[in-house]
Amino acid sequence: MNELIFFVNKVLVSGMVLGSIYALGAVGITLIFGILRFAHFAHGDLMTLGAFVTFILTVMAAALGIVAPIPMAILVLPLAMVIAAGLALGIDKGFYEPLRKRGAKPVILLIASIGVTLMIQGLIRLFSGVSTRSFYADTPKQIFRIDMSFLGASRPIVVTEPQIWMIGLTIIAVLALHFFLTRSRLGKGMRAMADNADLAQVSGINTKLVVRVTWIIAGSLACLAGTMLALDVTLKPDLAFNIILPIFAAAIVGGLGQSYGAIAGGFLVGFAETMAVFNWAVLLRPFRAGLPDWIPNDLSIVPTEYKLTVAFTILIIVLLVKPTGLFKGVSS
Amino acid sequence: MIRRAALLYFGLAGLIILVALVMGAPFTVRLSVEALALSLIALGLNIQWGYGGLFNFGVMGFIMVGGFAVTFISVPVNIEFWGSEGPFMLLKVLIAAGIGALLIMGANRLHRLGASPRWHRSAQVAAWIVAYIMYRSQIDPAAKYIEAEAGFVGGLGLPVIFGWMFGGLLAAGIAYIIGKIALGLRTDYLAIATIGISEIIRALIKNMDWLTRGTLTVSPIPWPVPRPQDYQAFGVDTFNSFVFARAGYLAVVIVVVIIALFLIQRAYGGPWGRMMRAIRDNHISAASMGKDVKSRQLEIFIFGAVLMGIGGAILTSFAQIYDPGGYQPINHTFIIWVMVIVGGAGNNFGALFGGVFIYIVWVLSEPISQAMFINISQFSEGVGWGAIPDIESRSLQMRVFVLGLVITLALRYAPRGLIPEVVRK
Repeated sequence: MNELIFFVNKVLVSGMVLGSIYALGAVGITLIFGILRFAHFAHGDLMTLGAFVTFILTVMAAALGIVAPIPMAILVLPLAMVIAAGLALGIDKGFYEPLRKRGAKPVILLIASIGVTLMIQGLIRLFSGVSTRSFYADTPKQIFRIDMSFLGASRPIVVTEPQIWMIGLTIIAVLALHFFLTRSRLGKGMRAMADNADLAQVSGINTKLVVRVTWIIAGSLACLAGTMLALDVTLKPDLAFNIILPIFAAAIVGGLGQSYGAIAGGFLVGFAETMAVFNWAVLLRPFRAGLPDWIPNDLSIVPTEYKLTVAFTILIIVLLVKPTGLFKGVSS
Repeated sequence: MIRRAALLYFGLAGLIILVALVMGAPFTVRLSVEALALSLIALGLNIQWGYGGLFNFGVMGFIMVGGFAVTFISVPVNIEFWGSEGPFMLLKVLIAAGIGALLIMGANRLHRLGASPRWHRSAQVAAWIVAYIMYRSQIDPAAKYIEAEAGFVGGLGLPVIFGWMFGGLLAAGIAYIIGKIALGLRTDYLAIATIGISEIIRALIKNMDWLTRGTLTVSPIPWPVPRPQDYQAFGVDTFNSFVFARAGYLAVVIVVVIIALFLIQRAYGGPWGRMMRAIRDNHISAASMGKDVKSRQLEIFIFGAVLMGIGGAILTSFAQIYDPGGYQPINHTFIIWVMVIVGGAGNNFGALFGGVFIYIVWVLSEPISQAMFINISQFSEGVGWGAIPDIESRSLQMRVFVLGLVITLALRYAPRGLIPEVVRK
């Protein structure tokens, strides 16, 4: 039974955590792609920026002497999301809108977004240094151990407090996004514009407003994802730059432009990563006596150091076999 | 347009002389070697993006491959490895990989034997799985054995020039595989696929300790020209020995760049270049004129990759150390893109100018911002606000910011580059 608990801890819990972060990031990327038709490379750094905004607010709130029963970062998160949405709007106004007005090709916007990535990274490192920070510097991270002894296991299922918040907030964010896209006028306008921008404009949809709302949603979701990631691990300047590629993989696997696809893709990539590096021989251990000797002790599909390549391999296979993604995506 | 280019090149020469006066000759010669090697890579990207419109964001992968190639060719032979069981085990790996490749190829051709699409697909998947298991079952013990017994495979001890050529060749081979897989994709997808592939290459080279020594790094890697130590053995003092040795290296690099520039400039002006531009500007109309778009694009992707591989090899042998952990997308992919965009995509002299200019900006933005910070820090201390902490590590980060600023400004105010492509009507 312990082996199964090990599986749950290593694959299900961490896959869920990774998947939530990938999903939140991929939704932003997919929305921007659907509306503006370019791959927004700076999204990872938008996440890092959001995490830093939350961190600064947390420090400020702690300095003001505010005490709360929930982690301070969660308390200030709504405000941080508003600020991050504002920053995203500002970035669009400063860097992408002039290019769009000139009628630049999506490829040029992609290169511009790499420039934005470099600038955000440079600025973050300039002001914060290269050190890592933790949201849990003063208070210990609460760890929940779910006792599984009624199933005959001696080891518990381990979940940390930020992980529970992460999964919960992801579900809330996804539901909110779903209702926004399907019930509200603006959300329907967004979907219409993602389908056909010209047609949406002639039918009287305020496309400028839609673009603005897209950046607001993408920015605030990036802030949420970045903060959650920083809560789970630590806060460092290259926090999200390293996961931007799996996020892109998630968005493409789900079909660029498809919000639900991005969520599915995020969890798919997250679980695939944890499952690929999991040592499946552990599950065979109880039956070890009855099995032939030639089965090796290490049955992980790829060695742990190649974890990052799993997402790309999935990405490349999807691009080759079903280029539009699992849910039919839009093209640039 | 030629006047503008000449002016810019004169300005660049002036900038280099200024750098030499301020920072000293050894630093400037080193800077020039690295800048020229990076411009060679920028020329490679200019072929791919400027001539062919291919969106390659995996430059880092090709640079790494080139570096590995020169390491493998020029590092002295590792006798321990050749005396051990290692070569035999590697042969077994090769055989396993060969059988796997045959299986996959066989499965790919199964439809010719009349297999239904469903059978075909499942046979392909099964072949891949079997091939992977076979390969892993051989490579894992072999890698463990070589790492324990001999450290790593070692080199071949051949002249460095062969290493540079092999760098180009290996990069071409990898470009062929990548091109076959990814070139059918549209721009954004191609960008992300190439980034992904270059990250896979990085992960492989970094973790294949038996082949590359991974993060343990390989050094020293020989030079094609006498090294500073050789001059010192003849009684030349340290300062001059560095200048002479690096100048010798610089001369070799200049020759390589001139050959490459001559060849690709000729190719650009010829019918081949015209066809490539036609494909870039409108591949549908080019295809309707009977041009084989896909294989032409593959061709240009490979040509560009050759230059990148050679450039990466030159950089590695100049540094005398191969450190797979030192490769970052910012320093090896994005900076090349900035060089090509700022210099002028589609114009070789633009890419060359961009390569040298951006590298100087990148290197110099650190000391300049350091001086700036020290001044601000003194000022803020004087007013009583306290000094800026960790000036050194912070000013190092300014280069990233400056790079981002340069490319966003260039895209906005000079989208076709400083020396734009000349379009003849």
